[in-house]
Amino acid sequence: MADNTIIELRGISKKFGDEVVLNNLNLNIKDKEFITFLGPSGCGKTTMLRIIAGFLEADSGQVIFEGKDISALPPHKRQVNTIFQRYQLFPHLNVYENIAFGLRNRRMKEKDISKKVEEMLALVNLKGFQRRDIGSLSGGQQQRVAIARALAVEPRVLLLDEPLAALDLKLRKDMQVELKNIQKRLGITFIFVTHDQQEALSMSDTVVVMNEGEIQQIGTPQDIYNEPKNAFVADFIGESNILDGVMLDDFKAKFSGAVFQCLDKGFAVNESVDIVIRPEDVDVVPVEKGEITGVITSNTFKGVHFEMIVDIQNFKWMIQTTDYYPVGSTIGIEIEPDAIHVMKKSKYSGMFGDYSTFSDEMDHLSDIDEEEDA
Amino acid sequence: MKNSPLSRRLISAPYLIWAAIFIVVPLIFVVYYSLIDANGAFTWENIKAIPDYSDIMLNSIWLGFVATIISLLISYPLAYIMARATKNVQRTMMMLVMLPMWMNLLIRTYSLMILLQDTGIINALLGALHLSNLHMINTRGAVILGMVYNYIPYMILPLYSIMSKMDYGLIEAAHDLGANKLTVLRKIILPLSMPGIASGFTMVFVPSVSTFYISKKLGGSTFALIGDLIEIQFKSANNYNLGASLSLVLMVLILISIAIMNHFTGDDDDGGVLI
Repeated sequence: MADNTIIELRGISKKFGDEVVLNNLNLNIKDKEFITFLGPSGCGKTTMLRIIAGFLEADSGQVIFEGKDISALPPHKRQVNTIFQRYQLFPHLNVYENIAFGLRNRRMKEKDISKKVEEMLALVNLKGFQRRDIGSLSGGQQQRVAIARALAVEPRVLLLDEPLAALDLKLRKDMQVELKNIQKRLGITFIFVTHDQQEALSMSDTVVVMNEGEIQQIGTPQDIYNEPKNAFVADFIGESNILDGVMLDDFKAKFSGAVFQCLDKGFAVNESVDIVIRPEDVDVVPVEKGEITGVITSNTFKGVHFEMIVDIQNFKWMIQTTDYYPVGSTIGIEIEPDAIHVMKKSKYSGMFGDYSTFSDEMDHLSDIDEEEDA
Repeated sequence: MKNSPLSRRLISAPYLIWAAIFIVVPLIFVVYYSLIDANGAFTWENIKAIPDYSDIMLNSIWLGFVATIISLLISYPLAYIMARATKNVQRTMMMLVMLPMWMNLLIRTYSLMILLQDTGIINALLGALHLSNLHMINTRGAVILGMVYNYIPYMILPLYSIMSKMDYGLIEAAHDLGANKLTVLRKIILPLSMPGIASGFTMVFVPSVSTFYISKKLGGSTFALIGDLIEIQFKSANNYNLGASLSLVLMVLILISIAIMNHFTGDDDDGGVLI
């Protein structure tokens, strides 16, 4: 293998009954990278992870590990280890025996096991926890033991299935940083699964956005955020106003009844497109200076900024500003060329990016949903 | 809302009264009877007589133990398969396990006797096939068979209950860490199902050791178990006092066996789970 690919997924498809969970997935995973499968619940990301781990067999396609087809290899013979969502620590064994479990399977000497366990506990900041019962540990500590247990056997690839979902926000942020540090220090490949876009963006080298069993986009966090490929990605990653538009010519887009300068080119003349504008990229100006104008229908203080819903020609935009504007007032709007992102029409066009039904409460409700069945 | 101690006591009152009348008081009587003679005078004679029956006791314990181990060996794989099957299959299998229990133990044992007799159904079949007869009735094997046959559901139920609660993710995690099937069985499934084994062991061992009907019908008069011995004291020998002291010994034996089993399950959390 010329490049540094460690795992290659070739045409992976999987059905549960009649439901297509994965549809012809192709992906190269580089050695030592932190790659994240990101998508809503039911998008197939966990199924993909379980196929790599060997708990599930794909209906068709191959998992190639360093050039060798391991599709038929049982889990205990693969050089990958998993951090499970609910940790799956062995309740009848103490911390030491949990971490030693994989090492004993390799018939290591007790002296070496003891050394390795100590080293692993130091790595996850749990020095001296050897004799503790699993039941006496907090969620965060159990998480750390699970990480130590998986890393003790020195896997080439670590699979992490929503490992932080059960932790509270503060702890989750700390663990994000810590996991990233561990990955860098050990120099092994992490394949991380999450539905939390913020988590994906802040930790990954590469993000794979999935929906409905298909890869929507592969790229660095910046690429995914700044250059989303379609309306699904734009909506799923961060907040987006997604508008119907027309490319009049290279660098010239028309939407919301006005013509804007942009940096995109290569579209056909008068091609219909989706336009993405991030809420933080909109400049509020006095009405007479605005390229377009709108009426504020709601305004919520978020701490760092105000989050306004603005009606512009019956399309509800989300706009974030640091200045306060009262509800009901009319504002002018200006958009810089580099704030406009133009996307080809896709099957997701028109499904996302309008904030007419938006409310904070709805947002939270859908979050809870995802966490429950994730 | 927290229950006050008083209301909690009130709620448990019906059972406490029940237990007092039907458990505690009879136990006191058993102890009392075992310490008096036929004329009601205090004596150690009944207790001193116990060693005379040690052969019968050891025999009872041994047969009960063998029957329990056989039940365990049959039930364990079955319970594992049941716990992993689909809900429909689980229901059907559970039904099949419970089915014999819908019939009375006496009838079940009597049918077994008819099957195993020298002129019974099995030997009639063997005869029809021109094979030599098998002598099965009135052997230890027949008694053990009767015990296993009658009490095996009590082994399957607790095992099934604990295995269906076992998180399959733990087994996956063990495989993930390089354990093969045998290691998973030895290091994960077996230790985690210990409470079920202990509870099934107790629930088969105790009635097997104290049975009298099974040994009478399937063992004939060739050998008696401790249960038979007690029955004889009360029904034909009219020696209530010796019967009481033998019952006391049986209770102590059973308590010891439970204690041993609990020791195996460790002293933590859900040890000694019943069904």
